Amino acid sequence: MSPNGNLIRELVEKHGRSRTSLMPILQGVVERQNYIADYDLTDIAKELDLSAAQVYGTATFYSFLDTVPRGKYIIRVCKTITCDMHGKKTIVQTLENMLKIKVGETTQNKKFTLLETNCLGWCHKSPAMLINDEPYTELTPERIHDIIADFMNKS
Amino acid sequence: MAELVQRVDLIFGEYSDEKYKVLEETLSRSNEDIIKDLLNSGLKGRGGAGFPTAMKWKYAAEQPVKEKYVVCNADEGEPGTFKDREILSKVPRKVFSGMAICAKVIGAKKGFIYLRGEYRFMLPALQVELKEFHVYAKKLKLDFTIEIKMGSGAYICGEESALFESMEGKRGEPRNKPPYPTVSGYLSKPTVINNVETFVNVVVICRIGPVQYRKLGTQDSRGSKVFSVSGDTPKPGIYELELGMPLVRFVEEFGDGDTKAVQVGGASGFCVPMKKFKDTIIGFEGVPTGGSMMIFNSSRSMYNVLHNYLGFFEEESCGQCTPCRVGCQQLKKGIEAVKRGDKPVVYLDQLMKLSETMKITAKCGLGQSVANSFSSIVNNFKEEMIY
Amino acid sequence: MAEKLKLQIDGIDVTVNNGTTILDAARKANIHIPTLCYHEDLCVAGNCRVCVVEVGGSKALVPACAMPASEGMQVRTNTGKVRLARKHIVELLLSEHNADCTKCYKNGNCELQYLASEMLTGDPLYIDLVPEHNYTIDRFNSAIIKDDSKCIRCQRCVRTCEELQSVSALDVAYKGNKMKISTFFENPLFEVVCTNCGQCVLRCPTGALIERNYIDQVWDAIYNPNKHVVVQTAPAVRIALGESLGMAPGKIVTGKMVAALKRLGFDAVLDTDFTADLTIIEEGHELLNRLKRVLVDKDPTVALPMATSCSPGWIKFIEHTFPEYLPNLSSCKSPQQMFGALAKTYYAQKKGIDPKTIVSVSIMPCTAKKFEADRPEMRSSGYKDVDFVLTTRELGIMIRQAGLDFESLPNEHFDSIMGESTGAAVIFGSTGGVMEAALRTAYEVVTGRPVPFEKLNILPVRGTEGEVREASIKIEKTLPAWSFLEGVELKCVVANGLAHAKRVMQSVKDGTANYHFIEIMACPGGCLGGGGQPIPTNPEVRSKRKAAIYEEDMGMPIRKSHENPEIAEIYKEFLGEPLGHKSHELLHTHYTPRKRY
Repeated sequence: MSPNGNLIRELVEKHGRSRTSLMPILQGVVERQNYIADYDLTDIAKELDLSAAQVYGTATFYSFLDTVPRGKYIIRVCKTITCDMHGKKTIVQTLENMLKIKVGETTQNKKFTLLETNCLGWCHKSPAMLINDEPYTELTPERIHDIIADFMNKS
Repeated sequence: MAELVQRVDLIFGEYSDEKYKVLEETLSRSNEDIIKDLLNSGLKGRGGAGFPTAMKWKYAAEQPVKEKYVVCNADEGEPGTFKDREILSKVPRKVFSGMAICAKVIGAKKGFIYLRGEYRFMLPALQVELKEFHVYAKKLKLDFTIEIKMGSGAYICGEESALFESMEGKRGEPRNKPPYPTVSGYLSKPTVINNVETFVNVVVICRIGPVQYRKLGTQDSRGSKVFSVSGDTPKPGIYELELGMPLVRFVEEFGDGDTKAVQVGGASGFCVPMKKFKDTIIGFEGVPTGGSMMIFNSSRSMYNVLHNYLGFFEEESCGQCTPCRVGCQQLKKGIEAVKRGDKPVVYLDQLMKLSETMKITAKCGLGQSVANSFSSIVNNFKEEMIY
Repeated sequence: MAEKLKLQIDGIDVTVNNGTTILDAARKANIHIPTLCYHEDLCVAGNCRVCVVEVGGSKALVPACAMPASEGMQVRTNTGKVRLARKHIVELLLSEHNADCTKCYKNGNCELQYLASEMLTGDPLYIDLVPEHNYTIDRFNSAIIKDDSKCIRCQRCVRTCEELQSVSALDVAYKGNKMKISTFFENPLFEVVCTNCGQCVLRCPTGALIERNYIDQVWDAIYNPNKHVVVQTAPAVRIALGESLGMAPGKIVTGKMVAALKRLGFDAVLDTDFTADLTIIEEGHELLNRLKRVLVDKDPTVALPMATSCSPGWIKFIEHTFPEYLPNLSSCKSPQQMFGALAKTYYAQKKGIDPKTIVSVSIMPCTAKKFEADRPEMRSSGYKDVDFVLTTRELGIMIRQAGLDFESLPNEHFDSIMGESTGAAVIFGSTGGVMEAALRTAYEVVTGRPVPFEKLNILPVRGTEGEVREASIKIEKTLPAWSFLEGVELKCVVANGLAHAKRVMQSVKDGTANYHFIEIMACPGGCLGGGGQPIPTNPEVRSKRKAAIYEEDMGMPIRKSHENPEIAEIYKEFLGEPLGHKSHELLHTHYTPRKRY
């Protein structure tokens, strides 16, 4: 049995084995471990009687269904126009400096992954970012310091 | 200070439907009656495309199939749009009521809300509300349940057929049309899919009646609209305004005094330059919008704006059809090359023709609408593309 | 009766059935609309947009492949607007495409190239995006090469792999500018569930999916004076090769093919049909033997139903998908591999040639045969039994390279030994053929009488595309040795295309079917629609090839495998008896369970 066999069986029991269950199952894996490993994809394919390539093809279509390892906290900074106009670049730089990683990378301790993403829907409170599911808006370098410091102190 | 534009308070205020009163009253009416009211109200879909809601429901109701679905499109991904989140968090009961009325009219037992992945944080609160709704539904002897399906970060899933594909556990690739959703939607069954705001409008119409509703707006654009205002504005936010106002009034109200352009309808909408503010009507007779109003002042480079949009489309295209997948890349690379001087200025004309081809050949609304922002920005701000 | 409707295409009135697309309506009116992602065998995708046309007063163009015709519709296929849009689309495809045509295997046989030349594309209209994409080429496979730089994302391969084959080794991954056709985690084809059937190769409009060709290696062998090069030709090659050389589909070119192979310089031109007959003897006896062990000996270790093992795409499919049913596969090697094993033993011995110096080449309608020849167990002669496998297409190329005017070649005969065959062997090339050939022999072995069908044509088992065909034959008045089969209703099933194979195996697994004998061909229509056959292969072409195969069968003087005189000879001189010791050593094999995931 692969490392996440239990989680996937649990998700399959909850959502069922039809193709319509694929998204909730993939989302469930991401919720638990922030990304979907190759063995998770094959386990899911097996449970749903799909080919592995079909599950991989579906997962890679969606920006939030990562198939490469991610940190515990995934920071997604909005890069679309209003956030871009209102200081997204400084926000990203502040994050890069604090976390000592570039966009697309994960910290050594696997705690943070820094990504850019398309419009989050907080244009009126730009710039904005998500940390996992939680939105953070009207960001300034100072606010970033506070927010990240908080997360650094979390386990 | 007097407001420059007419504020309306139908969607959020006046009546929050605490006890699902409108739903209860509406359930006792005949389907024909409800459709007639919708028809008379002149309600058009609030997602941006503006299809008459009454007709959509009527077509779905006429399908001689047992299994039908109601889907609420809450995959609000258009840059500059954030009103559906507000509606769903402030007046979820109106949304559920609208869906339930639709279910009654078309004969559906199951509804779905497709919520974009970026709004996952709303899920717990919505689930609580839904639980309440199902209690009320039971009380009203309404055989209809609503389930929330989550997206996972794909703009294109806001396109209705891509949304069905995604709900079915597949890649969110738009389908060929026909068949249309009212004939073959989710799981190939007749489906009504409406925007969050459209469902609330239905409830409003059922409450105040079509006559009252029609008093708002203009001939082609009845009712009010929830606008998402952002960009260079001293008061960004969500505003419910009457449809059909001239853009100049809007800019006077929301601009910072230095507005040079307004992008109406998001990245897939139109960019209106200052000189056209006066003659532009916000509504289906002028520039249609799903509610996104992005204001740019004179400090902004419209090249950067367009480049940002094209970067967005290049990544968010589903990639299946040629004009959209390759066209978006070419438009972006093309304006970069012109800006750098690697391509002559006349190459912009070539790109304009390309955007025209995308408009008439792309498989879905995304690819077709890239030309809107491209041509309106390049035409009106050509110098900014070059220098 | 379907409802009729009338529309006008370019001013021409066309009446079609309700539900007909604009594309089909136009074809009916002999108006050609270009297509790329469209393929007759596949569901409509409507994603390349090359087939756009103007309809009525509508501003937007519509895809002719996906848009149903409607009453009174006014379609225009050749307006300036349409032509410009199509040109833009082809230019866009070219900008993402590695258009290094002169170095491309598909040069001259590429649908994109053809459209580009038709549209006089000239200098590129758009910026070259090839350097932007991190394209990869998968050359690790012995049968199929996948070159993403040639891919136009039409998804024909994806639909083929899913709809026709139920394999889905390929699917679409990522979106937007990163969208690509990919295996699981972009692993090489040899590491995934790909069966090497080559149906994707058959449908790829460009050079993104091609067979690995061994043309130069074969020429080298031919030119090497120290090598004795023998070539075998599969049944389905002789009815399709002509298409590669400009002839119409459905022409039987057996004699010309033999003549061409001799002129190319092969030392002996022999026939896979010979070992197809041999397969029937071995496999027929294997079936009867299994039936006996089950019915008489009540041996619980014997697996029934027995399934044919001639189709290497099917073999790899069952190894991946139903590995628990490997004991049900006939242990007989495919005719190609039986031939290979015998070429370097029996043939070498009879001809007095050192097997070390023999190069064994096969011409196959198949790409999976390339993989099969490379399997480690296929070395029972002590050497690699089949050295090089060429597809029908590759042979077509060699014939053109040699400057032969194929159509004017005389009809020549296969060399001997291992060149004699029967009608039973010829029909191996069509779905249902192995079943029919086996029944022609097995029935006669058991009853001493020919099968009770007019002219030996066992029509009920002749497979049909797109369906699983079930049939049963009652065995009556058996010879004494086979009395245990008296009154037995022999239940057979024939399926072509792996999607149907999967259905059959699923029903066996569920216990909803109780067959004795299963014939599966991996490709739609059987080998005549094989992944190595000339392009295009579509329903119309396949039906013509099928007709040719049964015509060839009817024209053969001998139509039952057990009556092939060379077969009698090889048992007498070399093999001893069916399923004997030597047979097991050379003609039978075993299979390898593989993972689906």
